[in-house]
Amino acid sequence: MLDFLKSPVETFQDFLVLSVRAVRNIFRSPHYVDDIFQQMDVIGVGSLPIVMLIGLFSGVVMTMQMARALQQYGAQGQVGQIVSIALVRELGPVLTAVLVAGRNASGIASELGSMKVTEQIDAMRALGTDPIQKLVTPRLIATAFVLPLLTIIADFIGLIGGAVIAYALLNISLTQYWTSAWMILQYNDLVQGLLKPFIFALVIALVGCFYGMRTTGGTQGVGRATTKAVVVSSVWIFFLTSMITRFFLYYS
Amino acid sequence: MPQDSPHREVVRFEDVSLHFGGTPALDHVSFELGAGETRIIFGAAGSGKTTLLKAALGLIKPDYGRIFLFGQEITGMTEQELFDLRARAGILFQEGGLFDSLTIEQNVAYPLLNQRVLRETIHPNGAGQQAVAERVREILHFVELDQTLERFPSEISGGMRRRVGIARALVTEPALLLYDSPTAGLDPITANTIITLILKERELRNTATILVTHRYLDGHLIANFRYNPSSGALERTSRASGGAGSVTTKFFVMKEGRLAFEGSEAELQAASDPYIRKFQRHGSS
Repeated sequence: MLDFLKSPVETFQDFLVLSVRAVRNIFRSPHYVDDIFQQMDVIGVGSLPIVMLIGLFSGVVMTMQMARALQQYGAQGQVGQIVSIALVRELGPVLTAVLVAGRNASGIASELGSMKVTEQIDAMRALGTDPIQKLVTPRLIATAFVLPLLTIIADFIGLIGGAVIAYALLNISLTQYWTSAWMILQYNDLVQGLLKPFIFALVIALVGCFYGMRTTGGTQGVGRATTKAVVVSSVWIFFLTSMITRFFLYYS
Repeated sequence: MPQDSPHREVVRFEDVSLHFGGTPALDHVSFELGAGETRIIFGAAGSGKTTLLKAALGLIKPDYGRIFLFGQEITGMTEQELFDLRARAGILFQEGGLFDSLTIEQNVAYPLLNQRVLRETIHPNGAGQQAVAERVREILHFVELDQTLERFPSEISGGMRRRVGIARALVTEPALLLYDSPTAGLDPITANTIITLILKERELRNTATILVTHRYLDGHLIANFRYNPSSGALERTSRASGGAGSVTTKFFVMKEGRLAFEGSEAELQAASDPYIRKFQRHGSS
């Protein structure tokens, strides 16, 4: 009767097995340090321009929209607070993660998927290398390290974008904007703003690797794996952000 | 490098079955391969040939039955335990399996640098990079690809990639060699070059070999010809009706995961089953 649940449950079980092995390998030799730095370069430095651009425009747009709403209450001067909270708590982590998912979960899935269908993964195992140690763990470590950094940069650039609009279009002084943006932030917000990208990074790297490593069916299979990796990691990002937000609201 | 004495068991399958989503890939397969022996496996696409090779190295686990590699049961072994055993085997994958981000030299050196047992043997105390480089050059010379060291797999032809794959399989001087369709998709001249290399290796080291192929000619050459090192050419083995090779060379035909035929070349030629006849010399029934 519950046969329809069998496949998703098995898939999730396989995902958990891969995740546990990838995390366990962090503490096992050999460590592929060169691969970690290479992935940091690909994921971190490679994503930096687009993350900065999106961060800037999200700050700009939000400042313009919020200023209009606040104007009705004569509280336009407080726009820095709203932009700051929204960026640090939600928009910064989520937008950055979705961008990195689109760019890197797909990249990881297609790279590993191509290796799978050309038997490079099997060759690796036959030649004495654990593919999870060599391919998955470095991507996991690299993403977990660079995504929080990218988020911090996106938040900061977003706030700068907001400051430019506040100063140039809304006649709010920079001191007022930055003071209100900074003072509203609490320890709780910063923890939330850094915990989220860390968790999203685990999801992006593991989902990308998972669908890449189980690719079948030649080049069409690589395409399917890439699409699934982006869709699944994006859905998980939105689901997890609501769960984490609920958790922090409840405990604060 | 480890060498097995003649008649010593290298691979043994005991009633091995394996399914992919309900479809049998291997169906109660049993056979044994001794040191110095060769098995030629024919079969239609999807009949389980590649699965059999991968199962022999523990790359795929069977659902049922037991597999022994170098006398040790691998069915329940962990991946880490299998690494040391796999270091004694070489495999040429159907798709080549060359790492496209590494040069030819790095590809061939990969097993020497990554297999724990070999790493410790070849360059103890971290010294010996030179020995690895020399060994890589030596084996690339063996497959006549001396000039490709710095090139990437995407920059060379399909036949050359297959030869690099053979070089990577041979570089560790393994006690077991598995070739998955080494001549598939190649022109007849290149295919014969590949078979010559396989015979050359057998002549020099007499390694236990399993060869999967679609070409009857591949099996025929391996069963009846030898490589003459002095002339550098193939020559028919001394016994007219079945050369020295055919004493230790057996033919398998696989059908839907089963071993539908097991025997000598002469027995294969005499078979009357319509499916098996497809793999005979004049075999379109």
